[in-house]
Parts: sequence; C-alpha cells; structure tokens
Amino acid sequence: MKPAPFRYHRARDVHGTTRLLAELGEDAKVLAGGQSLVAMMNFRLARPDHLVDIGGLRELDHLTTGADGALHLGALTTHHTVETAPDALLGPGFAVLRRAMGWIGHLPIRTRGTVGGSLAHADATAEWCLLAVTLGAEIVVSGPGGQRRVPAGEFFLGPYTSALEPDELLTEVVFPRPAPHAALTEFAARKGDFALVSAVVDLDVEGGRVRGGRVGLGGVAPVPVRVPAAEAVLADGGSFADCAAAAAAAADPPDDAGGSAAYRRQLVRALVERACVQADGATEQKGAGAR
Amino acid sequence: MRRIEDGGREDGAYEDGGRLIGRSVPRREDPRLLTGRGRFVDDITLPGTLHAQFVRSTVAHGEVTAIDLDGVRAVPGVVAAYTADDLGLGDITAQLARPVEEFVPTAMPVLARDRVRYVGEPVAIVVARDAYAAEDGVEAARVGYAVHPPVTDEAAALADGAPLLHAEAARNTLVDVRLFATEGIDEVFAAADRVVRVEARTGRQNALPLETRGVLAHWDDREEQLVLHTCSQVPHQVRTVASRCLGLVERAVRVVVPDMGGGFGLKCVVGREELAAAAAALRLRRPVKWIEDRKDALSASFLAREQHYDVRAAFDAAGRILALDADVVCDMGAYSCYPFTAGIEPLMAAAEMPGVYKVPAYRVRGRAVATNKAPTAPYRGVSRPQYVMVVERLFERAARELDLDPVEIRRRNLITDFPYTGVNGITYDPGSYRESLDLCERTLRAEGWYERQRAARAAGRHLGIGYSCFSERTGYGSAAFAQRKMAVVPGFDLSEVRMDPSGAVTVTTGTMSHGQSHETTMAQIVAERLGLELDRVRLHQGDTDRVAYGWGTFASRSIAVGGSAVRLAAGRLGEKLRAIAAARWEVPVEETVLGRGEVVRRGAPGTALDYRELAEVAYLRVDLLPKDIEPGLTATAAFDVFNDGTFSNATHGVVVELHADTGRVEILRYVCVEDCGVAINPQVVEGQCRGGIAQGIAGALFEQVTYDAQGEPSATSFMDYRVPTAHEIPDVAIHHLQTPCAFTETGAKGAGEGGTIGAPAAVLNAVNDALRPTGVELDDIPITPETVHRALHRRHYQESAR
Repeated sequence: MKPAPFRYHRARDVHGTTRLLAELGEDAKVLAGGQSLVAMMNFRLARPDHLVDIGGLRELDHLTTGADGALHLGALTTHHTVETAPDALLGPGFAVLRRAMGWIGHLPIRTRGTVGGSLAHADATAEWCLLAVTLGAEIVVSGPGGQRRVPAGEFFLGPYTSALEPDELLTEVVFPRPAPHAALTEFAARKGDFALVSAVVDLDVEGGRVRGGRVGLGGVAPVPVRVPAAEAVLADGGSFADCAAAAAAAADPPDDAGGSAAYRRQLVRALVERACVQADGATEQKGAGAR
Repeated sequence: MRRIEDGGREDGAYEDGGRLIGRSVPRREDPRLLTGRGRFVDDITLPGTLHAQFVRSTVAHGEVTAIDLDGVRAVPGVVAAYTADDLGLGDITAQLARPVEEFVPTAMPVLARDRVRYVGEPVAIVVARDAYAAEDGVEAARVGYAVHPPVTDEAAALADGAPLLHAEAARNTLVDVRLFATEGIDEVFAAADRVVRVEARTGRQNALPLETRGVLAHWDDREEQLVLHTCSQVPHQVRTVASRCLGLVERAVRVVVPDMGGGFGLKCVVGREELAAAAAALRLRRPVKWIEDRKDALSASFLAREQHYDVRAAFDAAGRILALDADVVCDMGAYSCYPFTAGIEPLMAAAEMPGVYKVPAYRVRGRAVATNKAPTAPYRGVSRPQYVMVVERLFERAARELDLDPVEIRRRNLITDFPYTGVNGITYDPGSYRESLDLCERTLRAEGWYERQRAARAAGRHLGIGYSCFSERTGYGSAAFAQRKMAVVPGFDLSEVRMDPSGAVTVTTGTMSHGQSHETTMAQIVAERLGLELDRVRLHQGDTDRVAYGWGTFASRSIAVGGSAVRLAAGRLGEKLRAIAAARWEVPVEETVLGRGEVVRRGAPGTALDYRELAEVAYLRVDLLPKDIEPGLTATAAFDVFNDGTFSNATHGVVVELHADTGRVEILRYVCVEDCGVAINPQVVEGQCRGGIAQGIAGALFEQVTYDAQGEPSATSFMDYRVPTAHEIPDVAIHHLQTPCAFTETGAKGAGEGGTIGAPAAVLNAVNDALRPTGVELDDIPITPETVHRALHRRHYQESAR
C-alpha cells in the first residue's frame, strides 16, 4: 500500500496550475485534501505520473455570500470549515450544508477533505455531489482559456467521471439561492461509510405550505440524480409519503452484494420521507429567520 | 506488631488483603503508550535496514508453472528477490497426535512452491532499500499459473469429486472427530417431548489487531544470533519454528517482542512472512523489515470463525434438556496453523459445547475442511462465540415451543452444583452461572426494559431483549492440552524474580502482553506478595534471551497460569529474604515474617531489616551469609494446571430496537455480569469485557470476509470489511461477581475472551425477540440491515417478488 512513483508539483497560483495541467495532460492529478486520491494511490488504483498539489492556493479556501444571495465555496474549503461555519458566514438559508457535513466520513477526514476535491472526485454517493445536483449549484472551473460555469446537473457524467477537462481546475462551487427548507439524510451500515442510499429534499414553502420542491438521490445511479416523479408529487400537493413512494417507484438502483435493488428501493422510500420531514421541520425551527 | 497484623501471615508470607490485588491501579503502560512513546516493531530501525514485501498469488487455486523475478531485480532500489527454491526453507507442519482418520497433517511452505491455495498466498519475497521500491518490485514479478477450480465453501469442499487442496486429505477434510456418543442417545431423542433444531452459519472474520503483523530480522555477528523483533503472542514458539525452518539451534535465534497493538489470537500462530524475511536477512547479512500492510492484513493473513452447525436438542415437557446432537463443520481455509492445527475450531466446539448446562447425553461430529481461502488461526473465544450462539438459540427455540420464559428455561438447566463433571468428561470448577443470570435479568427488569418493550410493541415498534449464558475455560494447563492430543503440549509457565542490590525487583513471565496490561497486573501480584511498592517491580516479557521459556499469551492463560508462576516465584524470593534475615538475627526462620518492604522479627516490635539491607548482604556482604545460603537474590517457579482448567462465566443481556424503515439494529442497552474469580485489576477486566463485546457485536452485526466464486476475497480495505466504530458500539454496563479459583495462586481465572463469546448469542437472541411478532427467526450471523428489513416486511418482499 505504497503509491507507484510520481513527480510532485506544488502549485503557486490558479493560472500556473492550469498551464501546468495543460502541459502534463492525462498523466496528472490534482491533489487537494487527498482523502480519496491518496488512498487510491496507495492501493495503486490511481497511479498518476504527476501530482499537482494545490494545497497552498489559499485563494481557493473561502466561504462567502455574494450580493445576489448566492453562496460561494472555494474548492479548498474543508468539510469541517462548513460544519463549523458561524451563522454570519453560513446563514439559515444554507444551514442544510452545515447539517449535511456530519454525514461525511469521520472528523479527521472532514478536517482534510475539501468541497472541490469531493466534487471533482465525482463519487455517486458523495454528499457534496448530491447537494450540488439537488440544490442547483454551479461549478466554476478554470482552464488555460479562462473560466466557465457548469451546472451541477451537467457536471457529473458517470462514476468518478466529470465534465472537468484534464487541463481544468475546479475552483469554486456556487449555490445560487438559499434553501432554508432542505435536508440531507442517508443510510449506511456504519456511521461515516459511503451511503448505500442518500437523499436530499429541498422544499418550496410559501405561507407555511409546501408548494413544491426538489428531490435528489445518491447511490441509485452512476451519478446523483433528481427524481422528477417525486418532485411532481410535491408540486401537486401530495403527501411526503406519496412523494417517497414515487421516488422509490422511479428509482432503478443497483442490485449487488451491498444490497438488493428491492431493499435499496425501500431505503429510497424511507430516506426521502425522512428528508421531507426534516426539511419541513427546518421550516419550523428556523421560522422567520429563514425567510 | 502492627506491621505484622498489617501484612505477614502465619506462614510468614506477606498478605495484606487487597492493597494491590483487586485494585484498579492505573496502567503502568499508559504513560508511554498514550504519549506516543511506545515502541512497536515498525518503530525499530537498524542502520542499513531493507524493506520486504511479497509477491502473492493472484489465483485461488493452481499450479505455479513459472516464476520470473528478473524484472523485479531490475527495478531501481530492489536489492534481492527470492522464491521458495532460492531460500530452500523447511515447511511449517502442525501436528496432532491423532490417527490419520481423525487428523491429516499438511505442510505449509514458507513460500509457495509448485502450488498456490489462496489469493494472497506468498510466492516470492522482494527486498528493497525502501517500502516503495519493494512494492515497485512486487509489481514487476511474472508468475504463471495453471488454474484449478477453487473450493470456496465447506459444502463444495465436502462434495463428491471436489477438487482437492491437499492430495493427502480426501474430501478436503483435515479433521474429522466423532466424540462422546452417549449410549442410548437416539432413544432419548425418540422419546423426548420436544426436539428442536438449529442450523446456523457464522461469518468468516478477521481478528484485526490494530497493529498488523511485522518483523525486523537481522544477524547479530557478536552474539552469533538471528534476532527477530516481531509482534507475536508466542515468542518462544516463533523461536522454535524459526530455528527449525532455518536450520539453526534455538540458542542462535533470539525473538524480541516490543509493544504490541493487539493480537487476539491471530499472532499466536507462526506466520510465513516473518520466516521468509528472516531467511532474507540471513542471506543478505542486512536487517530486513517486513510490515504487513492493511490490504494484506485483511485478505492474506489468518482469518477465523466461518462455521456451519446442524444441531438438535431434546427437551422434556418442563424444558429440561435431555440430549444434544451436533454436527460442526469449520471452514479452515488452505492450511493448518502452527502449533494449533486446523483442529483448533472443531475440537474446541466438540469438546465444550454443553457449556454451562446440565446435558445428560451428547454426541458430536467435528470437522475441519480445507478451502481456497486464507488460512485460519485462533481468534479470541475460538468457536465458543459460535457454539454458545447455537446452544443459546436452541434454548430460546425450546422456550418458544414449550411456551416457557427464556430466562426460566435456562435456570432449569444451568449447572449449580460444583464441581460438576459433564457428559463431555470436563470437570467444571465453581462458578456463578445461576447468580450471573439472575443479576443480569434483575438489572434489565429494574431498569424498566420489559415495560418499555411492552409499550413499544403496543406502538408497533420492535424492541427485543436477549440473553446469553456461558462459561469460558481458562488456565488450560498441560493436562487439558494433552487431552486435545497436540503434538506439542503447551500449558505451564515459568517465572524468575530477581531483587537487585538496591532492593528493586525484576520479574519475568513467559506470557506476552499484547494489550492485556501485564506490566501492571503481574507487578501488582509481585508487589502484593512481597509487600513492595508497585514502582519497585518491573516486568520482563517477550525476549527469549531474558525469559527462560514460556507459552505466551492465548486462551486467557496469562493471569491464571503466568500470574500463578509469578506469585510462586515472588513467594520463594520472600523465603530467601526471610532466611537471610533469620541468619542475621540468629533466630529460626519461623521467627520472621515479611512486612511492607522489610522482614520483621516476630515478637520483637520494631526489629526489622528492610529489603535493601538484606539485598546488600546477599550481593555486597556475602561474608555475612551463612554457608548454606547462596549469594544473590533470585527465585524461579513453574506453574501448571493439572486438571481441566478453571472456568470463568458470565451472562450478557441485550436490548435492541429494529428500525422498521431501514432494518438497522440499534443496541439500546448492554449489560454484562461477569465472574473471573479474583480480578487482579478490575479496570483491566472491564477493558477486556468491553473490547471483547465490541468484537462479538462485530461478528453478530457487521464483519464478514466473503469470497466470490473464483475465490477472490471481497474485503481489502475498511470500506468493505465493516469493523464497527465507536458510533456502533454501545456503552456496556459491567457487574462483577467473584468466585475465586481454588487452584490458581491468586484465585484469578482468565478474563480475556468472555466478552466476545457472549455477545453474538445475546445480540442474535435480542433481534429474534424483537422479530417475534413477525414469526421470522434468524440463526445466521452477521445479521445485515437488509436481512432485518426483509424479516420485518416479509409480505412486501414476497409480493414484489411475484
């Protein structure tokens, strides 16, 4: 469990990084918190010839709310920073992110692992990927030709595969609008494991009533997915239980040693309903402060 | 006189009634271990140390057709690479003194020669200047295999025409014993009011010490010795096997064990990699270090616990057990481990299954089969977690069918009169079987769990309460191991106690702490015996040049056997101190007693010689010694157990809730009532209970090593091998009962394994109690959330399957 030989590069700035990536091509990997990549290298499942360490790019470690109300998270923001962010930085509108962090691995992992690293790694059950897809985040990437913004729904292409080009660096994720009535929940055999199934529900609440919302699932497809059938139930004023049943019916989860498809569908039902209830509860808890 | 009342006994020995024994004194190991100053194998480096890793089989079963290491040797940093032929080592062959119908000895080569039998089996050793280059070298090896069909479970191993792992072992059967077969047992079954049956499977587990295996081997020219720094529970056994495999006399091998991060049985067998690294060090005349990585530790080390039980029990209408008839098949993987052999699991299960119950008639067949999986070693509890689970399921099932309370049916069957000689020929020394069950039940009732269960059931929730009653044979002496017909018979232990001229004491033990706190508990025994302060006593263990001989630490033997030897030796040193004092005073030795750090003259208040004064005489003023007293202050003692050993016992009570939506099993309460005789250090005992229970819960709910049809192991990281974490393990309430052992020197019984023995049964029974309204009963472990979910929603799954 020692990595194959590689050449180590320490990045000084974003522009230089993308230039270097362009030069190195497919043989390079970007190192952020290293919580997935280093383990994969130790198993020699990943064996990049070049490792570009962006750990020193402090400009990518930020958490700010823009004038437009959007939340900007720099790629190097750790899960732990989000988990412990004060209300002044992470208002009630984005408290869902703070609450979701507890599901990511264990404390030592959260203190090293980064938002950008998690998104770029594109694990189908990763919390950040599911949150980004469900909450309609945009992913900001820089390349030698400049910057582009990719909607999260178009960013994830398959297991561990994203729209990031080899010469591009993920620099920021932007959650465009507050989600005061949202919740993430998941199920795994042990706390801190990758979820067998995970769910995010983001409710539209007006005048104390649910008018609609977004439902996203992790662990049921090669990428995190929205579930339009379940969202339609919410838009039509259906119950949380009906929403959950619709999500379970629509899901086509894998069937393997980790769990049968039938069981995973039951987990979808359980988790979507639980997430709906928690999202709705978030309304009550945060009350006026959320609106 | 006050001093004498405070300490000395009629026979002159010191005894101050629990000044140290029975006290939770802080662990003396902790200051260094908790501040990162422990020294483990991987912390030791010698100048010029090379690093080894292994080329391992990628197929589960096959002939090795070619090994090409030329590419390996060309890798930058690689210093050497050897195959079995290059090293020419002897095999490791574990023996039982049983006829070939009962036991087939098989050889485990240090490196595979012409045949591989599991994925991960070592085929060649690569030695390089650092651990990275070693792995680069491993990747460059080219090994050709002619693949055979693999045998991946016990049924396939026993099937007609199954491929054979070892040509000499027909039907892949390494052990096949039929024992006891009480006369008339079939008639008892035929006439019984009720016969219940349990067929159960238990998952393959990894004992998983936090510190993986490892060795640093080097040749010491000055001592003309091969020195092996290694993490082993059995240093002297490693020395024996190393000397035989490498063709050295035992004196020419020194095994030194530093701090250890656990073993749990996995390190009480002799591994292959350590020997290969030693052979490489001998050839290269340079230090060679091998530290097992976690991937290999999970997939290519020693495993345990995969067993299949088919057991029937006959009961009368009042719920008294009449007979037990068992067929046990243990999947031992590819090889017999040294020195215990593949018999370790089936022989334990067969000999001990009746356990804490009065079983009048018993018949058992125990088999060990070879499969294309990593081999097995003893793992904490050895078969007892499994057969206790099966027997406890039998009682629960009988209670259900006879409409009896599950605690009451146990009460009617527990052994209460001691000593009790069972149908299995074992004599059980006194314990608190009934009392521990009563206290455990009383505790859960007093805490209101039965009311909570009723309320939960009424609300449609699934709460269950489960128990397990068991004993744990500890302090196996040579008599008990001879009964098992081992070709080498462990059992006794030696201790030497030495007082230096300043009056400080060094004590040796042949046992080997790998987390059990011997530096604290053995010192407590010696300090109490001699009336010394704890910090005047140091323990030496784990160095075959410092410790004359020993059988190491396994089978909960250390305090019962090793602790007895230590106490005897300390007592003998005390006698010598008294003899010197008596000579100084020119009085008979009977006129002296041991006091607190001094010898006191009986009947002469204030007349005493402290140990430092006596030690000075023994070393520096031997002119003052009478001729019949030898200079120096050392004493040695051996201790052995000449009966069936001593039985610790416990009852575990567990409350679980099953989550209907996900199938999760949540443990709401865990109560352990244990009795290990005199607890030298209760906090250490509680640590043993809690750690053992965590491992037992792991087996019940989480951990399993599985293999696919090609014999490829599924678990190569902690993502797949689900070790429960602090989040999953509940707090455990521990109550102590104390039935002192009559024949160990301190009254202590062993306490190392009980936790892990009782937990699977109690958890499984609690889950089944929670499932009671569904009519589903589960007998296999581990129980997964999906299994529970399916049990709770049987109709849904049946309908959706249509």
